[in-house]
Amino acid sequence: MKLVVVSAGLSVPSSTRLLGDRLAAVAAPAATAPEPAPADVQVIELRDLAVQIAHTFTNGFPAPALADAFAEVAAADGLIVVTPVFSASYSGLFKSFFDALSVTDEYALTGKPVLIAATGGTGRHSLVLDHAPPRSNALARGDPHRPLFAYLKAVVVPTGVYAASEDWGAEGLDARIGRAGTELAALMAGLSGSSTVRRPPRRDSFEEVTPFEQRLAALSVPGPSPAP
Amino acid sequence: MQFGIFTVGDVTPDPTTGRTPTERERIKAMVAIALKAEEVGLDVFATGEHHNPPFVPSSPTTMLGYVAARTERLILSTSTTLITTNDPVKIAEDFAMLQHLADGRVDLMMGRGNTGPVYPWFGKDIREGINLAVENYNLLHRLWREDVVNWEGKFRTPLQGFTSTPRPLDGVAPFVWHGSIRSPEIAEQAAYYGDGFFHNNIFWPADHTKRMIELYRARYAHYGHGTPEQAIVGLGGQVFMRRNSQDAVREFRPYFDEAPVYGHGPSLEDFTAQTPLTVGSPQQVIEKTLAFRDYAGDYQRQLFLMDHAGLPLKTVLEQLDLLGEEVVPVLREEFAKNRPANVPDAPTHASLLAARKDAPVQQAEEEEGARA
Repeated sequence: MKLVVVSAGLSVPSSTRLLGDRLAAVAAPAATAPEPAPADVQVIELRDLAVQIAHTFTNGFPAPALADAFAEVAAADGLIVVTPVFSASYSGLFKSFFDALSVTDEYALTGKPVLIAATGGTGRHSLVLDHAPPRSNALARGDPHRPLFAYLKAVVVPTGVYAASEDWGAEGLDARIGRAGTELAALMAGLSGSSTVRRPPRRDSFEEVTPFEQRLAALSVPGPSPAP
Repeated sequence: MQFGIFTVGDVTPDPTTGRTPTERERIKAMVAIALKAEEVGLDVFATGEHHNPPFVPSSPTTMLGYVAARTERLILSTSTTLITTNDPVKIAEDFAMLQHLADGRVDLMMGRGNTGPVYPWFGKDIREGINLAVENYNLLHRLWREDVVNWEGKFRTPLQGFTSTPRPLDGVAPFVWHGSIRSPEIAEQAAYYGDGFFHNNIFWPADHTKRMIELYRARYAHYGHGTPEQAIVGLGGQVFMRRNSQDAVREFRPYFDEAPVYGHGPSLEDFTAQTPLTVGSPQQVIEKTLAFRDYAGDYQRQLFLMDHAGLPLKTVLEQLDLLGEEVVPVLREEFAKNRPANVPDAPTHASLLAARKDAPVQQAEEEEGARA
C-alpha cells in the first residue's frame, strides 16, 4: 500500500508540510491495519519542482524529476494534498501541479482516494476547502478544493482539514486530523485493488491500439482499394 | 538513407537585431534554403503548411512547384499537409500535378494540424481530428489508385463518377508519410496502409518517440507489409553548428531563448539534454544523430530543422554548408554500417514504379499457385 503526500508549502520548515506529515502519520498505519507494517509514505514537495512544473507548460512534457513525481502520484493508493491558502484559494503552484499532471496523464487521479488539506494565517479561510463564498462577496471569492478533485475524478475524503496559525496552539486540530486520516485509510483499504473505480483503459494507449478496420468501419468507409 | 531539411515557415523577429523579415523575404528565403539543400547534396526539402500568422507557407505545392523548376534531384515533400482541413480531392489533384512537373520527385507527409481555430476556419471540428484524418486519407488513397471513384462519407459531399486529374505520374501514387508526435492512432494508420511514419522527434524526450515508432513497426508487421524492421521510419532533428561548440552555444542561445515553441522555458542546456536538439560542433551533431538509431532502429529518412526562430538567411545557408559537407557524408557512411540488407530505403517514384512493374508477374504467379 502506498500513500503519497503532495505538499505545496514554500517555507522551510513549513506548516503545510507539517500538516501533511501529521495526516500521513494517522493514515499510513490505519490503511494497512491490522497488518503491522504501515503504508509506504512518499512526500512530494512542489517547491523543489516549481521550475519544472512551469516548464511543462512551455515545453509540453514534464522534465525527469517531475515525471517521476507524476508516476508516484499515479501509482499511489491514496493521496494527501496540502496547500497554503493564497488569495482565498489553493496556491497557483498547487493548481499548476495538477494541471500539468492531468495534461500528461488524464486519468492519474481517477478513482483515487484524496484527502484535501490547507493551511492559512487566519481561521476566516476555513471554508476554503469546501465552499466558495457567496456571490455577493465576489472579491473574496476563491475556488474551493473539493470541486477541483471531483473534476479529476478522485474520491474525495469527506473530512477536509484546514489549519490556521492559531489551530496549532488550540484544541481540535488533532481530532480533525484523526478523523480525516482514518477516513482516508478506510477508503484506501476499501478501494485498493478495486477494478471498478480505477482508471479506465486509456483510449488509444500504446498497449491497446484500436485496430484500423474498426476506425474505418465506424465511419462506414470501406478499406483501401487493392493495388492497381 | 535520405537526408534533408524541413521548415516550419515562421516569420520571427531576429532576437539579436529586433528585425522581422517581410513575408516576401521569408518566402524567398525558404526557396533559397531549398535550392541550397540540393547544392550541398541533401536529398529532401519539406515545407510546413499553415493558415495563420506568423507563418507564410499556406500553399505548399505552389512553392514546391517553383523549387521543382529550379532543382534537378531534390525530393520535394511536406511537413505536414493538413489532411483534416484540406479537401482530399484538392490534395489529390495538387500533388499529382506537382508529380508531373517535378518528374516524380514528390512525396508528402500527412498531419492533422494543432492550431485550434484552423479547423472552424475551414468548416471543420477539431474534436473530429482523428476521424477527419481517417476518412479524408482513405478517400485520397482511392483517388490516386482508382480512375473513377464513387464515394460517400461523413465529412465531405459525395462523389459520383469522379476522376481526379491529372492521374498520378506513371499511375504511381506519391509515397505518403504520416506524421504525429503523440497520437498512436496515426502510427496505426500509417501501419495499416504500409505507408511511412515520421516522428518530429525534436520537442519531446526520446523515450516517447521510441514508443510511437515501436508501435508503428509492430503494427506494420501485423498488417502484413513486412517485418517490423522493414517499416519506413522518418525522424526529425534540430541542430545548430559551429566548428567550435562554444561558439555554437553562444551564437544560438538568444535564438533558443526567444524561440516561438520553447522560448522563455527551459535552459538550452536542459533542453539539449532532454530532447534531440544539438547545439555544438559537427562532430557532436554526428554523434547525437547516430544515436537516434539506438531507439528508432535502422530508419529511412532524417530531416533537420535549420531555419526557424528568426535565424538570418546567411546563417542558415552557412549551417547547410556544414550539414552537407561535414555531417551528412559521415552519417551516410556510418548509418550504412551494420544495416541489415533487408531494411529497405525510403520509397521513391522510381522504386515504386519498378515495384509495380514486378507486381503483375508476382500476382500471376500467386493466381497460378492458387489454381494448382
